[in-house]
Amino acid sequence: MSALQHTADSEAILSIRDLNFYYGDFRGLHNVSLDIAKNRVTAFIGPSGCGKSTLLRTFNRMYDLYPGQRAEGQINFHGKNLLDRKQDVNLVRAKIGMVFQKPTPFPMTIYENIAFGVRLYEKLPKSQMDDRVEWALRKAAIWEETKDKLQQSGLSLSGGQQQRLCIARTIAVKPEIVLLDEPTSALDPISTAKIEELIDELKNDYTIAIVTHNMQQAARISDFTAFMYLGELVEFGKTDSLFVKPQKKQTEDYITGRFG
Amino acid sequence: MNLYARRVWTNRFGIALSMVAMAFGLLALLWILWTLFYNGFAALSWEFFTQDTPAPGSAGGGLRNAIVGSLLIIVVTTLVSTPIGILAGIYLAEFGTRSRFAAATRFVTDIMLSAPSIVIGLFVYALAVATLGGFSGWAGSLALSLIAIPVVVRTTENMLLLVPTALREAAFAVGAPRWQVSLKVTLRAVKAGVVTGILLAIARVTGETAPLLFTALNNQFYSTDMSQPMGNLPVVIFQFAMSPYDNWVSLAWGGALLIALLVLGINVFARVLFRKKSSD
Repeated sequence: MSALQHTADSEAILSIRDLNFYYGDFRGLHNVSLDIAKNRVTAFIGPSGCGKSTLLRTFNRMYDLYPGQRAEGQINFHGKNLLDRKQDVNLVRAKIGMVFQKPTPFPMTIYENIAFGVRLYEKLPKSQMDDRVEWALRKAAIWEETKDKLQQSGLSLSGGQQQRLCIARTIAVKPEIVLLDEPTSALDPISTAKIEELIDELKNDYTIAIVTHNMQQAARISDFTAFMYLGELVEFGKTDSLFVKPQKKQTEDYITGRFG
Repeated sequence: MNLYARRVWTNRFGIALSMVAMAFGLLALLWILWTLFYNGFAALSWEFFTQDTPAPGSAGGGLRNAIVGSLLIIVVTTLVSTPIGILAGIYLAEFGTRSRFAAATRFVTDIMLSAPSIVIGLFVYALAVATLGGFSGWAGSLALSLIAIPVVVRTTENMLLLVPTALREAAFAVGAPRWQVSLKVTLRAVKAGVVTGILLAIARVTGETAPLLFTALNNQFYSTDMSQPMGNLPVVIFQFAMSPYDNWVSLAWGGALLIALLVLGINVFARVLFRKKSSD
């Protein structure tokens, strides 16, 4: 349980305890326990298939869409276990937003892309909705590029812009936590740099959990890093210390590029 | 002959065979179109569209009653089969992917797709004509709807299954309930494909004769009353083509040309629409 001590100095918004995850009979996560610190960036690294995306997808119950996938254990969020059957998953997802690997703008205008999620939970008059759309686009650092073409299709934007639109769409709903599942792996270096800057901005208002294949990215942007391997949380701690002085042999091997 | 030369010749032989097959198919189509134009074009005139089907033995006449009847029946068919077909398609692709009920629905739809249209005509005759007091345009639309619905269901389902999982997950990720995800995001993403499916269904039923024979029957007078027997192009063609009167036979050719052009036009429009939308 030493993994839990590292975040002791900051408030935990999600506490994961003894989480196990199953794809049918296959066990994808083994007794994972950690805390996600509020208003911090927590990065998940590890080789492909280590369970980092699986873990992220339990935080907003995305796995619920697929019969045969199930999670056991606790993910505590404001005193409630998110894995509880009675928990309304749509409300969970409105509070814990997610951005995916490939940009996925909805097949509608840029304006509607943002307004779609907002309308699900708030009934706003037109002027307030306009403000909200602008606010979200500004927050995602894409307002300048889109303000003159809000009525164009979201698919008309470039890949990097689409991804920022997806971030805008996620924060427009005013979530507390933003989950990023390899948000830059399909983007070029310049777009990637923009998204990384954005993540740094966003952590003032949101808690961010990011899965990344790119260790340098984790080192650059995160406050805490979790290293996972074969469905287990191997090491978790402050990013600075984990990369400089890993406690476990496996972590060291991975971050020095000896496997993975 | 070495291995390489043999492969080259096998390739040439294969291409030659495909060319012959293509020429054969194309020839049949062109032949049909040419015959239709040759025999039907002369019949197309102002009177063809403004006068009703002539009585036996009287000269002239047109197909106004049949054209209007066909259009009415097809419009009603479209209005009935589009919502049912799309909703069933959504159910199959988004809601009941693994349920037994969906599997049964899919199976029945496949059977309906290949059911002989005369069977559907007889079924509607037994269900709606014999029991509810007579032939009518409504019964005709009902029979055609039974043919159109499975086409729309299948295309809608197949189109929705092409939507990337990522887009569906993204919509769920903002907290949208399943019905909103289906109607506002995934269905919208494949709008062009679904519209194409509807157009192809319309094209399919436009030329159906057998289902109308037992349901809408025919009406030699102009009528827009759907509760009465109704004139329609396929049945008029069927009757006139076999008649001994020259002007009837000529009108039948004209009607056949009209239907062929309509179906061709719908198909071309569907293709253009699909290509434009999917390249956006």
